Amino acid sequence: MHPLAESLQARFPQAVVSVYEWRGDVAVTITRDQVHEVCRYLREDPKMDFDYMVHVSSVDWPDDEERFEVVWEVYSIRHRHRIRIKARVPEQDCFVDSMVDLWRGAEFMEREVFDMMGIRFNNHPDLRRILMPDEYDEGWPLRKDFPLQGKGWRDTFDFLNEGTT
Amino acid sequence: MGLIQIGKKHERDGDLGIMTLSLEKVVNWARKGSLWPMTFGLACCAIEMIAAVSSRYDIDRYGAGVFRGSPRQSDVMIVAGTVCRRMAPVIRKIYDQMPEPKYVISMGSCATSGNIYDSYPVVQGVDRFVPVDIYVPGCPPTPEALFDGILKLQDQIMQKRVFTKQPDEVKPSAGRIIV
Repeated sequence: MHPLAESLQARFPQAVVSVYEWRGDVAVTITRDQVHEVCRYLREDPKMDFDYMVHVSSVDWPDDEERFEVVWEVYSIRHRHRIRIKARVPEQDCFVDSMVDLWRGAEFMEREVFDMMGIRFNNHPDLRRILMPDEYDEGWPLRKDFPLQGKGWRDTFDFLNEGTT
Repeated sequence: MGLIQIGKKHERDGDLGIMTLSLEKVVNWARKGSLWPMTFGLACCAIEMIAAVSSRYDIDRYGAGVFRGSPRQSDVMIVAGTVCRRMAPVIRKIYDQMPEPKYVISMGSCATSGNIYDSYPVVQGVDRFVPVDIYVPGCPPTPEALFDGILKLQDQIMQKRVFTKQPDEVKPSAGRIIV
């Protein structure tokens, strides 16, 4: 097993759900309750020292019991190692802890995940839509059950009627 | 040179310094010769538009090279690229701020029809909320195609009536020219 995954497994035996490794890249799935704790360890431990939040993304697995998956990819500039942290989120209770208090760079990327997939982040300082307009009310466009062509928003031009009355 | 093309040499006295032509034609000729475009690149088509402006293609040959940063100084809006629905009110506002006479060129498949982007944020053609004079096909159109569109627009301008009142409904969509 990858040494990073091994040390996580040793330190958080209850938290690590699974470890996936492919061509030197390691991805560790963590339980949702402990993902923030694990990330704090990755951020603050001098042996880990992950100081760069590379990317936050999300995956929709419509057939799975816990439907969504949030993925954080972090990198250590000093140690030159990277790890991918995943957490599964069920549809009914669509919350996961925000990492903004550990990496400020996660703020906009978590907003994008919220905007596109509708996953809410606990303790996020400013959780609003970021790509779609604030008043957009058709739902979460990147979910698999969202119609590709949307629900009519792209064809309504309400601004055309402003000022004519 | 353009004046000689549009005018007729005075037939009676044969004086080359005098010609007769309608004032309407002079006004139209002046308008078509200085089409100041609005800087409006939205996506990759803008790259071809930039190439059309720069030295190799030189859009200035048609008097359409003075790209303005303000809609209040421009005559033609070249909508170059994919139009997202969130951008639509902005495009409409810029169009409304342009002084008459104003023209719109829809450059490329995306601005014309949405192209392959049949998805939730992409407007299926800029003509859904601004009237379009010229549609230039291509993905992206070459600078030559854009020039063809500008020349077609100039032909269209020469057909316009200047001193008769235009109907309030500015441009009918039936009069589309697809180059």
